[in-house]
Amino acid sequence: MPPLLEGISEAFYLILTFDPYLMRIVFLSLQVSGTAVLLSTLVGVPLGTFLGLKPAGRTRLISKLLYTLMGLPPVVAGLVIYLLFSRMGPFGVLGLLWTPAIMIIAQFVLALPIIAGLTMIAIRSRGKTIQETALTLGAGKLLTAWTVVRESRFAIFGAIVTGLGRVIAEVGAVMMVGGNIAGRTRVMTTAIVLETGKGNFELAVGLGLVLLLIAFIINSLLYRFQEGGKNSAW
Amino acid sequence: MRGEEIILEVQNLSKVYDKEVLKLEKFSFQRGKIYGIIGPSGAGKSTFLRLLNLLEPPTTGSIYFKGKAVSMNGDAALAVRREMTMVFQKPLLFRSSVSENVAYGLKARRFPKEKTQERVEILLAKVGLKGFANRNAGTLSGGEAQRVALARAVAFEPALLLLDEPTANLDPSNVELIERLILDLNRETGMTFIMVTHNIFQARRIAQEVVFLHEGRIVEVGETEKIFTDPQDQRTRDFVEGRMIY
Ligand SMILES: Nc1ncnc2c1ncn2[C@@H]1O[C@H](COP(=O)(O)OP(=O)(O)OP(=O)(O)O)[C@@H](O)[C@H]1O
Ligand SMILES: [Mg+2]
Repeated sequence: MPPLLEGISEAFYLILTFDPYLMRIVFLSLQVSGTAVLLSTLVGVPLGTFLGLKPAGRTRLISKLLYTLMGLPPVVAGLVIYLLFSRMGPFGVLGLLWTPAIMIIAQFVLALPIIAGLTMIAIRSRGKTIQETALTLGAGKLLTAWTVVRESRFAIFGAIVTGLGRVIAEVGAVMMVGGNIAGRTRVMTTAIVLETGKGNFELAVGLGLVLLLIAFIINSLLYRFQEGGKNSAW
Repeated sequence: MRGEEIILEVQNLSKVYDKEVLKLEKFSFQRGKIYGIIGPSGAGKSTFLRLLNLLEPPTTGSIYFKGKAVSMNGDAALAVRREMTMVFQKPLLFRSSVSENVAYGLKARRFPKEKTQERVEILLAKVGLKGFANRNAGTLSGGEAQRVALARAVAFEPALLLLDEPTANLDPSNVELIERLILDLNRETGMTFIMVTHNIFQARRIAQEVVFLHEGRIVEVGETEKIFTDPQDQRTRDFVEGRMIY
């Protein structure tokens, strides 16, 4: 059997039997990327909303910066964070290198500009009108901000899901700062690189399939939010 | 005595964008009246309403609400804003049900929940939308949406309602319904209306007092009939007789 086909049949076996090695990797991936995206959301949505409500002229520089960072190559992010947290770096004393915590930091840095930037773009188109409608109906600061976010919820969910899609699939940053240590910092993407290198195609393909499945779920969600944005009251 | 009390006054109000688009010396609106603001496109009508609603800071000058100077920010501005509201020419309805839209201002004012539903039903009936409470606001026609926006604005019984072309692009039956509602509310509750309209016939039908705005300045103010039958300024005459080219 050619390696790919053999890999696929073995992969299904591993997935269907909940192979512990595979499961641990999948679980860590979800944990790291999920936490990173959650934190990016907590910072990025308010930030993007704030920027989106400012007149475009006054946020030109920060917008350009955000757009640039949206395309930040993961290896570059990994490199910078590595230097900051290595033993020589300013945060070296924290001893976070080669831990899941630093992987979360790296993915946070990658997801934040995407979530903040896409939120900003969404708010910029309709946010001002929403804000003024809320204000004129007597809403205070908090209710106004909440209304703007709520009214833009499809686009914001889209931003969050796009952020998740990006970090869960990236390999450069987690490899550099996490180190791909078995059982501790090995996630799906780094495991695929490793297992492929070792010739363990069935494991690599199995992980690849899980990653694809997750990508499929993510994009289905994205599709639903975009459809929902068009016509449902949800 | 009705019509004697000043609800809103502006002094030396101006707004400069790229150029000066509004410059008013002193003008007062009396409580309980229906004002029509007319004038050619670009005269500054919408800008005037936006300043009055504190959505935009004036470049110079002050606004007095019930005799007190209003500030643009903070709790004081919120308190003033809560006594008035504005319906935009193209109102935005929130992405939720019709009843949630109508209830929005009530919720913002912490109106008792158990009374809200009843109030919403009454209002929807008033604007001819009985049975629409649970409809998704996004599926309404233009006229229906405009009526929901109006119901949403009057739900919390503001003292002053600012309307920016509330019936532009609506069919005659919707126009009639909205005009009737304005007249009824004014008669029953004494609500003050300041209505910008392109339509001089509409101003003539429902306004008691008409303000003619031209190039950012008030050219003439007067009782509606007088403005239409005996305008003092040549520009007013040109406008109400349809001779002003714009
Ligand atoms: N945010 C803004 N920035 C720059 N110029 C503006 C802005 N808002 C309004 N203007 C200008 O101010 C002038 C008055 O505009 P305004 O919208 O008040 O006119 P209007 O009387 O309501 O006109 P219309 O009948 O067409 O609605 C116009 O020349 C307009 O281009
Ligand atoms: Mg206008």
